[in-house]
Amino acid sequence: MTDQEILAGLAEIIEEIAGVPADEVTPSKSFVDDLDIDSLSMVEIAVAAQDKFGVEIPDDQLKDLTTVQDVVNYVAKNAGSTA
Amino acid sequence: MTVDRETVVVTGLGATTPLGGDVASTWAAMLAGRSGVRAITEPWAAQLPVRIAAQAAADPAEAIGRVQARRMDRCEQFALVAAREAWADAGSPEVDPERLGVAVTSGIGGIGSTLAAYDTLNAKGWQRISPYTVPMLMPNGSAGWISMEFTAHAGAHSLVSACASGAEAIGYGIDMIRSGRADVVLAGGTEAAIMALNVGAFAVMRAMSTRNDEPERASRPFDKARDGFVLGEGSGMVVLESASHARRRGAAPYAVAAGAGYSSDAYHIAHPAPDGAGVVSAISRALADARVDPSQVVHVNAHATSTPEGDAVEAQALAKALGPAVDGVVVSSTKSMTGHLLGGAGAVESVAAICALRDRVAPPTINLEDLDDEVPVDVATQPRPLAAHGRSGSPPPAVLNNAFGFGGHNVSLVFTAA
Repeated sequence: MTDQEILAGLAEIIEEIAGVPADEVTPSKSFVDDLDIDSLSMVEIAVAAQDKFGVEIPDDQLKDLTTVQDVVNYVAKNAGSTA
Repeated sequence: MTVDRETVVVTGLGATTPLGGDVASTWAAMLAGRSGVRAITEPWAAQLPVRIAAQAAADPAEAIGRVQARRMDRCEQFALVAAREAWADAGSPEVDPERLGVAVTSGIGGIGSTLAAYDTLNAKGWQRISPYTVPMLMPNGSAGWISMEFTAHAGAHSLVSACASGAEAIGYGIDMIRSGRADVVLAGGTEAAIMALNVGAFAVMRAMSTRNDEPERASRPFDKARDGFVLGEGSGMVVLESASHARRRGAAPYAVAAGAGYSSDAYHIAHPAPDGAGVVSAISRALADARVDPSQVVHVNAHATSTPEGDAVEAQALAKALGPAVDGVVVSSTKSMTGHLLGGAGAVESVAAICALRDRVAPPTINLEDLDDEVPVDVATQPRPLAAHGRSGSPPPAVLNNAFGFGGHNVSLVFTAA
């Protein structure tokens, strides 16, 4: 999985759950400050990402993933490890 | 008129019901005597003895938008739709957020979301439950969402009293203004409970009509052949406002929200007390609170759900509470058309009663073909003109809305011409 593929997949999830248009989900965006995504929706996004990428994001990791790029990096690094 | 308390007026109306997605379409359908009851087409109905219901005419999720709708139970969506309409109808009042309150509730709460989440829990595990499940199932969810939408900081409240909830919320809203805690209050009730569990649970109480072959004729309050209520869904909402606030901004009120009366039967958890004493008390207390004489009452939107027991008790209690003045009072049960909206009922029916007062016409009670001998009041079967003035002369005409709930809750509201 390339970073581009992960980003595209993540953008799709965010559009579905939070209604942010996929093309606005760019790497430098902060979930809270830029995309207006609250902690409840982040939980849902994390579970959807787990289903899509096969990467589990534990709560103690999730709180440190503040930007789109953070999630892309996390998924890229852990892909395959929990699938 | 004494001036020891703030007069509360109604300056906005909202509704989404089985008859229409707003007040205008709902009221027009009521005057036309249309039924909103249909066969339930979902497969789950096949296992049940009741296969009819009055589903909402308009999908609230469409108005709310997909992303917002997936965080809200259907009952919360109805409430928000009705609140938006009422707010716009009131002219989107400019009000200090600290002086804007919410009194919106539901009899059951987000039961559809509860059931769906439980299915997900069992099928896929706890992590797959929506993180919005709790806000969707709590009965105060609608009040919370509405407070956010309109930035209401004076307090958001949700009293729960089963099928009296919507009326009780309006009563609470009146109190918020009278007690000086708010200048404007969005008040109403909502319900979205047409689910297999609810239909089954009411059916096992033998409370529902099983006239499955004739859905439109199933809800027949006060008729000899009535055999139970028909479940409906939707929401009703009013904007309550202190008369001084409304005057300052030049808003023309629909009516005065003149008073509310309450009682509790303390008799049985689900059956009305057969002597109707609690209903008499609620009506009498509402009239006293409103400082309205029975002779001013021209119309009653009755609770009458089409159950054999309840309709007769209410009609007899009305006759007792109003005394000789009951002659000339036109009674209607709009549940004959909307079905029973449970926690939404008292609010939708208050909206209907206010429309009746505004247009000076009582809506019909459809399917009333053979009036029960135990019903000693004048029930309209066709739209009926109402007196332009209180019958004793100069005092303004008044209308009542009754709402009663399992648990023995009785609420009566009085509205007078503005």
